[in-house]
Amino acid sequence: MLGEGIIKGMAATAKNFLGSYVQEERLTTVQYPEERLPQKEAARNFPFLVYDGNDWQKGLRCVACQICEKECPPKCIYIVKDAIKKPDYIGKLQLQPKVFDIDTSVCMSCQICVEVCPFDAIKMDVEFELSTDDRFAKLLLKKEDLAKPNKYYQRIHPSEAAEVDGRLAAEKAKAEAKAKADAEAKAKAAVASPKPPPASALKTPAIPSPAPALAK
Amino acid sequence: MNTVASNFEIRSKASPNGEMAGELLEVSMGPQHPSTHGVFRMDVVLDGERVLKLKPVFGYLHRNHEKIGEGTTYLSSMPYTDRLDYFCSLTNNWAYALAVEKLAGLQVPERAEYIRVITAELTRLQNHTCLAGFLLQDMGASGTPLMYAFREREKILDLFEALTGARMMCNYMRFGGCRCDLPPGWLEQAKKVVAEFPRFLEEFEALLTENEILMSRTQGVGVVPRELAVNASLTGPMLRASGVNYDLRKVDKYGIYDRFPFRVPLGDHGDVYDRYMVRVLEMRESLKILEPAMRDIPAGPIVDAKAKLRGFRPKAGEAYGRIEAPKGELGFYLISDGSPNPYRYRVRPPSLINLTVLEDMCLGHYVADVVIILGSVDIVLGEVDR
Repeated sequence: MLGEGIIKGMAATAKNFLGSYVQEERLTTVQYPEERLPQKEAARNFPFLVYDGNDWQKGLRCVACQICEKECPPKCIYIVKDAIKKPDYIGKLQLQPKVFDIDTSVCMSCQICVEVCPFDAIKMDVEFELSTDDRFAKLLLKKEDLAKPNKYYQRIHPSEAAEVDGRLAAEKAKAEAKAKADAEAKAKAAVASPKPPPASALKTPAIPSPAPALAK
Repeated sequence: MNTVASNFEIRSKASPNGEMAGELLEVSMGPQHPSTHGVFRMDVVLDGERVLKLKPVFGYLHRNHEKIGEGTTYLSSMPYTDRLDYFCSLTNNWAYALAVEKLAGLQVPERAEYIRVITAELTRLQNHTCLAGFLLQDMGASGTPLMYAFREREKILDLFEALTGARMMCNYMRFGGCRCDLPPGWLEQAKKVVAEFPRFLEEFEALLTENEILMSRTQGVGVVPRELAVNASLTGPMLRASGVNYDLRKVDKYGIYDRFPFRVPLGDHGDVYDRYMVRVLEMRESLKILEPAMRDIPAGPIVDAKAKLRGFRPKAGEAYGRIEAPKGELGFYLISDGSPNPYRYRVRPPSLINLTVLEDMCLGHYVADVVIILGSVDIVLGEVDR
């Protein structure tokens, strides 16, 4: 019969229309910004820098190794190394960035900087309401805009942060145990022979221990 | 008297035996035309409403994809592949990862293969629903089918966001596996979406498939004969709608596609209706792949232990990786000279090559049919222009 398909189609539309009064899940529109969906834990937008403790300058995990700057596909990261070193979370002296800029108008939110970072220093933020009319002051993020506490990271990506924290704590414990063992060995050596220990025993390893961040 | 704006070229047509003959009109359709699916332009020569000549003009969205790929590391090209066919970023990722894996000789673990199949088939589902919605939008069914399609697509995009962190620019696959494991509860959610999908398909088909207006608009329009389809190296649903049984999932059996029982839907006439139907049937076959894949997915690692992110330098050589993307054969050709960057990086985009028969399909049809013929090719300009 001619027109049968049209009647069938209209019935399907009518079912959808009337169904929206009965079934909640047929109302799919979310009235943003009054209504908001919960964010997914894996959500990502732009990177930020993690710091431990309360002082962002002291606790910044970034050691200015410039790996993210090299690997960033659109080259939106700009780093200048500082001449002054600062101790990291296990007390080892590390470099720090003098300048760390991310141009979020260039960044394409690909997360490659996070993946290649061996120090868990850069992570993805979930903040997305960033519209502004000031391109240079608001979208070119400086070190102080980027630095956010580890607590914030734990809040936005709980399970990921728990894994990172566990790994860092294990590394710290290992480093402390090693330092203790070294000290004991040194003390023993000092007792056994009165002459000073060779210089090589005092040297701390110059290369930072590689974090197993990439093994996952 | 010439009252037409100067960018339209008016030529008088020779009237052979003194009959009344209209003038030919050259119309530039696009690049801002809503029916051109992006910034695509067609120079159409019309005799009244009939198409006499059609010349596609590309390049408005050209962004140097291949040259950028040669200037950056292998890993850095991965997020750029998302931006090729931005509807199907996960299949783009897979094709590129496949090419690099061939080049570097990496083995993909079992679990990662399953995740790849699941994400690729979900991508196919959402691409085909959108295509059907947009095609109907082009036909004048403004809103309803497209919104129904988008409602379904949203559920799949939610799954992608939960897994990869982004709805469209997923950047998920890595050389030798995937970036992260499935989050807890994801598989259950995906199973629910897949289980509810047939209900949507039935509703969609009740709305459209036997609709008289759809049938009269699409049947016999934009026919691609079998020989032309093969000679023009069409791939994907375009080729299969012309009745050629060629699906890379069956031909190459890349990944683990040989483990799933699914059929390849074929068209008979090669017209717009067949291309629509082939895609609807393909969605049903995708569901047949998804169900066993989500049931059988094993536990285990998701990335090859030999694969490394930084300092990745495959040995010198060349490789071509290709997959059956929702739009057709998507291939990446790479030449390595042992450095961190590929020496040559080439994409074989299905949209561009399927678009080459546009003039053959449109000749003799009305200008309103050009719109739906273009819609049935399923192009994404991000991939056409690269």
